[in-house]
Amino acid sequence: MSLRTPENARNPYRDGDDAIVVLGIGNVLWADEGFGVRCVEALQQRWRFASHVRLVDGGTQGLYLIQYVQAARRLLIFDAIDYGLAPGTLKLIENDEVPRFMGAKKMSLHQTGFQEVLCLARLTGHFPDEVLLIGCQPEELEDYGGSLRPSVRSALEDALALGVDRLRAWGAAPTPRYGGCDAGERVTTPLLALDRYESGRPDADAACRIGDARFMPRGD
Amino acid sequence: MGAYETQGFKLDDSGRRIVVDPVTRIEGHMRCEVNVDKNNVIRNAVSTGTMWRGLEVILKGRDPRDAWAFVERICGVCTGCHALASVRAVEDALGIRIPKNAHLIRELMAKTLQVHDHAVHFYHLHAMDWVDVLNALKADPKKTSELQQMVSPSHPLSSPGYFRDVQNRLQKFVDSGQLGPFMNGYWGSKAYVLPPEANLMAVTHYLEALDLQKEWVKIHTIFGGKNPHPNYLVGGVPCAINIDGDGAAGAPLNMERLNFVKARIDEIIEFNKNVYVPDVLAIGTIYKQAGWLYGGGLSALNVSDYGEYPKVNYDKNTDQLPGGAILNGNWDEILPVDPRDPEQVQEFVAHSWYKYADESKGLHPWDGVTEPNYKPEGPKFKGTRTKIEQVDESAKYSWIKSPRWRGHAMEVGPLSRYILAYVHATKGNKYCQRVKEQVDYSAKMINSGIPKALGLPETQYTLKQLLPTTIGRTLARALESQYCSEMMLDDWHELVANIKAGDRATANVERWDPSTWPKEAKGVGTVAAPRGMLGHWIKIKDGRIENYQCVVPTTWNGSPRDAKNQIGAFEASLMNTPLANPEQPVEILRTLHSFDPCLACSTHVMSEDGAELATVKVR
Repeated sequence: MSLRTPENARNPYRDGDDAIVVLGIGNVLWADEGFGVRCVEALQQRWRFASHVRLVDGGTQGLYLIQYVQAARRLLIFDAIDYGLAPGTLKLIENDEVPRFMGAKKMSLHQTGFQEVLCLARLTGHFPDEVLLIGCQPEELEDYGGSLRPSVRSALEDALALGVDRLRAWGAAPTPRYGGCDAGERVTTPLLALDRYESGRPDADAACRIGDARFMPRGD
Repeated sequence: MGAYETQGFKLDDSGRRIVVDPVTRIEGHMRCEVNVDKNNVIRNAVSTGTMWRGLEVILKGRDPRDAWAFVERICGVCTGCHALASVRAVEDALGIRIPKNAHLIRELMAKTLQVHDHAVHFYHLHAMDWVDVLNALKADPKKTSELQQMVSPSHPLSSPGYFRDVQNRLQKFVDSGQLGPFMNGYWGSKAYVLPPEANLMAVTHYLEALDLQKEWVKIHTIFGGKNPHPNYLVGGVPCAINIDGDGAAGAPLNMERLNFVKARIDEIIEFNKNVYVPDVLAIGTIYKQAGWLYGGGLSALNVSDYGEYPKVNYDKNTDQLPGGAILNGNWDEILPVDPRDPEQVQEFVAHSWYKYADESKGLHPWDGVTEPNYKPEGPKFKGTRTKIEQVDESAKYSWIKSPRWRGHAMEVGPLSRYILAYVHATKGNKYCQRVKEQVDYSAKMINSGIPKALGLPETQYTLKQLLPTTIGRTLARALESQYCSEMMLDDWHELVANIKAGDRATANVERWDPSTWPKEAKGVGTVAAPRGMLGHWIKIKDGRIENYQCVVPTTWNGSPRDAKNQIGAFEASLMNTPLANPEQPVEILRTLHSFDPCLACSTHVMSEDGAELATVKVR
């Protein structure tokens, strides 16, 4: 079901009538929790889009992301979601179903649950007509300073393909980009780029990588 | 632990135990346990950070020039202040001085963050501790309009139709059954004392603030290249200046963009003057009339800050929010605070889930150790390692360390900065007179101006009665937001004048190359973060980070007991507060939220199932 309503037809928050926002959510410091941000980062490196398309590295900004939701007629979200599926499984959720899947029962550092942001955007009367959430089942979150696990990294490729398909259908006009994009334009600072992030990691003896022991029944 | 006395507080854990876990509407995860006596007055308070923190250790061995990008990711709220503290620490270590333009641009960014954070915190997280959102549906829009015009005569959005429209929208929202951010509120509790009209006015401003904040952060995009997660740079700012440039995307800073910034500053000043400060004064007055002057805790005794917003960069004597420490409520004496002195700032872990060789002693951050030691235990501990039912404060009980200043537990934050600046101003410091003016005006409004307008009896509370309270903490945040917006205007004019005088420098790159660095160096960077004094300490060896420690505001405020069993600021603030209904601990949330707790960087990782709904258990 589409979210389009008469009162939403004229939305002064929009960048333009067809504004598309692609939002990557998550914390790159917590292994697979970085999935969403890594998706948007890679998407920008490999594709160019029409001028009404905006890519956002949303990090864990919670409530502060509301303006990007309000600004979009079509919103594509990449995020790590605990669906209780096999690691690396992608699941697409659309429109009214999205808030339910971005609910609270989810390990992440997004303190204002994103479902609240969507809800609040509705209260303001400015929310997207269409929302697509491309969620990936994480394999490992409890690895501070770690990176995407192989299952999630390969899922990222499929997620990008699915995202580009939908963006094309939405009129985002994706064209391949060769040689990446300029450092100054990147949605995520090159200092956090995947290879640099992974190769610079201190070893486990120097830096404890685990979280709260309550998540670590192993060894208990 | 039984009953004992510390810092003038009489702790008694014999009454019923109430557990709030997690404390919601904060950044990060936190648990709070209190004991109440037979009259439901809090007689013991225990605050627990339920997440582990490990951000420092993942920086080991990395390039110091990259650290800002990592620390910017440790929290979803205070991205910019960590990045700023980080570049300052590296510059301090390497003896780098930044150009004047870079200083002014950083000031503008830091103050934008301050205003944005304060306003969003108040309206979107904290207001719901004072404002009964559902009760706003009962308001008369016409009377709300009258109230608005009385509280803030120059605010243009005040017609009855405007409030009626908001009320209708809220009604529709409530009818939809998806309450979103308003879910699980203790609506209807006797702890809410505002009339429906004040509730509707506040809900309306909730929406106004939501609308405006998105414009304010565009200042970060202009100077930092993007938002969220603006760019920082060791040695200056990553934005070039070309005053006659054409303003194309990605082009350097030009006059058009600077004018855009100026327009936002003007808006921010108006919002603070017409909406934020009047709202807090009105709400504070009504709660004060209802006798609610609780929550002061440590702020009546010990407050501190490193000092911030120098009029002349690198000259601490020109700080417009001057720092220092006040002990035991002695407002006649301000003691100097030096983040480098190994005897001053020290972190203890006697009651924290970390390991030191000797836990009777504290460690200065340059020599800090972050080694986890999760051991929920003690004779009164109930539950298992994976499911805590009750912590025992006589043993280790929190993932937060206990920082102390010369051994004293301190409260930090806007209220501490305002008490310090007020005292500095009364002693003749010319850089912070505006603070004194604001504070004196607020006291006058709360004691007589607003009561008169509302037909309530006037009062004669002293500053020492009004400021060290939960209301005072919330008020200081609003005043600081206003003060920052006014200082931004000065910064803007100074920046434009400096550029027009021909100075285009935005970065000092003389020491960019690690071959120019000493073999070993150490530095500290401090920031007046929205929640209080923030410090990053760095040790650099052979061009790489050898050690990195952050002592963040919520570590100060949320700290557990220390080796001497002194309680921290959160704990102290709850003492002696009566609860209208222990099953609905609005008062606990109100006071804890007044600190704007941000535990994402104090500690890490969510509670066991990430449940959003606060469970309140009365034992």
